[in-house]
Amino acid sequence: MKPFDYARAETVDEALAAGASGGRYIAGGTNLIDLMKLQVDTPGKLVDISRLALDGVEEIDGGGVRIGALVPNSDLAAHPLIRAHYPMLSRAVLAGASAQLRNKASTAGNLLQRTRCYYFYETAAACNKREPGSGCDAIGGFNRIHAVLGASASCIATHPSDMAVALRALDAVVVTALPDGAERRIALGDLYRLPGDTPEIETNLQPGELIVAIELPAPPPGRQLYRKVRDRASYAFALVSIAAVVAVEDDVITSARLAFGGLAPMPWRSAEAEAALVGKAAGTEAFEAAADALLKDARGYGHNDFKIVLARRTLIACLRDLTA
Amino acid sequence: MRITVNGEAREVEADVRTTLLDLLREHLGLTGAKKGCDHGQCGACTVLVDGRRINACLSLAVMHEGDEVVTIEGLGTPDHLSPLQAAFLHHDGFQCGYCTPGQICSATAMLDEVAQGWPSHVSDDLDHVVLDDMEIRERMSGNICRCSAYPTIVAAIREVAEADGALAEAAE
Ligand SMILES: Cc1cc2nc3c(=O)[nH]c(=O)nc-3n(C[C@H](O)[C@H](O)[C@H](O)COP(=O)(O)OP(=O)(O)OC[C@H]3O[C@@H](n4cnc5c(N)ncnc54)[C@H](O)[C@@H]3O)c2cc1C
Ligand code: SF4
Ligand code: FES
Ligand code: FES
Repeated sequence: MKPFDYARAETVDEALAAGASGGRYIAGGTNLIDLMKLQVDTPGKLVDISRLALDGVEEIDGGGVRIGALVPNSDLAAHPLIRAHYPMLSRAVLAGASAQLRNKASTAGNLLQRTRCYYFYETAAACNKREPGSGCDAIGGFNRIHAVLGASASCIATHPSDMAVALRALDAVVVTALPDGAERRIALGDLYRLPGDTPEIETNLQPGELIVAIELPAPPPGRQLYRKVRDRASYAFALVSIAAVVAVEDDVITSARLAFGGLAPMPWRSAEAEAALVGKAAGTEAFEAAADALLKDARGYGHNDFKIVLARRTLIACLRDLTA
Repeated sequence: MRITVNGEAREVEADVRTTLLDLLREHLGLTGAKKGCDHGQCGACTVLVDGRRINACLSLAVMHEGDEVVTIEGLGTPDHLSPLQAAFLHHDGFQCGYCTPGQICSATAMLDEVAQGWPSHVSDDLDHVVLDDMEIRERMSGNICRCSAYPTIVAAIREVAEADGALAEAAE
């Protein structure tokens, strides 16, 4: 590890002041320390935010919940409000990492975890995300885990979070504090940026901006599901994952929200796939139309071509189960 | 920095880059917790911090100022084994033993999580946990055993869970 300065923030104001002078926030550290050991990331100053009082889950007006940025993933999954009203969120969190990691991983840290692209982790490889302008060894290399949607000629990495996929389907809003203390609210879909030709810039957060909470509106109507397909039954990242909420009345789909992991550089939402379902009879025809809409611009890079087929089949199976 | 390890208050000085695992092993001479991968992928370094299991390799020691850490050495001694330590012996829950301290620390916290009603990825009902072998396997998936002693690890944990009444309780 490269040497760094360390400071512990006792209050949000202290954290913001340290963040404004170039400090990097560290919460659970399960992603940042990993990357620092490999010198993929080399912050000069760490601001320890792990003791800030941002660790509550509470009901808010309108029937939603507010989740503190530092709520550990374990506590989030086990929280009675989440289990009762947002079971797909509990399921998504429980499908990720291991119990040990979930005990440390924070809500905000999970959203901001970096890609698991092998070449990003390998400092001898060319990687535009780690070293802008150096190239992308994944394109034309081993790219089995890479993106089939939303990628660019500069970077085809995926966002690895499970939790973020469920939050995307649930229309989560990210609440932040700007360096001057002002609050900002960002729809989760607007937190992330597609790689384009600047894959090193992954979010729309400003330097020093601190995530303080995630807010969820009241749960959408219908049954919820999170399904993760991976290489082993546990403790592995998603090849494809789906968070879905679908409501059916008299065999007709009345509302649908679909978000996808493992396919794209950010938790992916497909308005076209949702539109292909609403108002249609719950059945194979509508499910196939939704898969067509989701994947119409999908592109494989060789080793990951199977993801396009896998996403299609997984989506159809999920929709069948949800509407059965 | 100050840190309590296995019930003893310790005062240590270490570079900020020191992980909790290196602090325990290199500075405090507690070599029970093992370094397998050093990247959160194997669980050999599992210790309890304020009662919860974590990977000591992915945590900076300095972030644990004032915390209470328990390692395998703190769970029991050769003369007074903890129930899980005894059960691992009884069932041969290991071969080379490298992963064992992590397995036992992890299982200790896992039974506590079940007692609190925490669900897992394989729980059919998020509000109703039945600690069967599938549940044990899923909840212990963060601890890899290179010797693949999994069947006897599960047997050892099952025995303690049964003795605790955790199975019966959780099944209610
Ligand atoms: C072996 C292994 C397997 C894993 N498997 C999975 C998996 O299957 N699914 C999955 O989803 N995840 C998985 N993970 C990733 C894990 O979920 C993340 O490492 C974790 O969620 C990160 O949270 P943290 O609090 O530790 O983040 P940190 O490492 O502390 O921080 C991550 C980033 O977020 C920034 N940050 C943190 N908090 C804030 C804040 N409040 N405001 C602004 N910036 C902030 C930090 O500066 C840093 O850049 C795995 C990890 C490992 C090591
Ligand atoms: S896919 Fe992205 S992260 Fe991976 S090597 Fe290419 S530029 Fe780097
Ligand atoms: S040494 Fe910590 S998880 Fe492998
Ligand atoms: S007993 Fe050898 S690694 Fe588990």
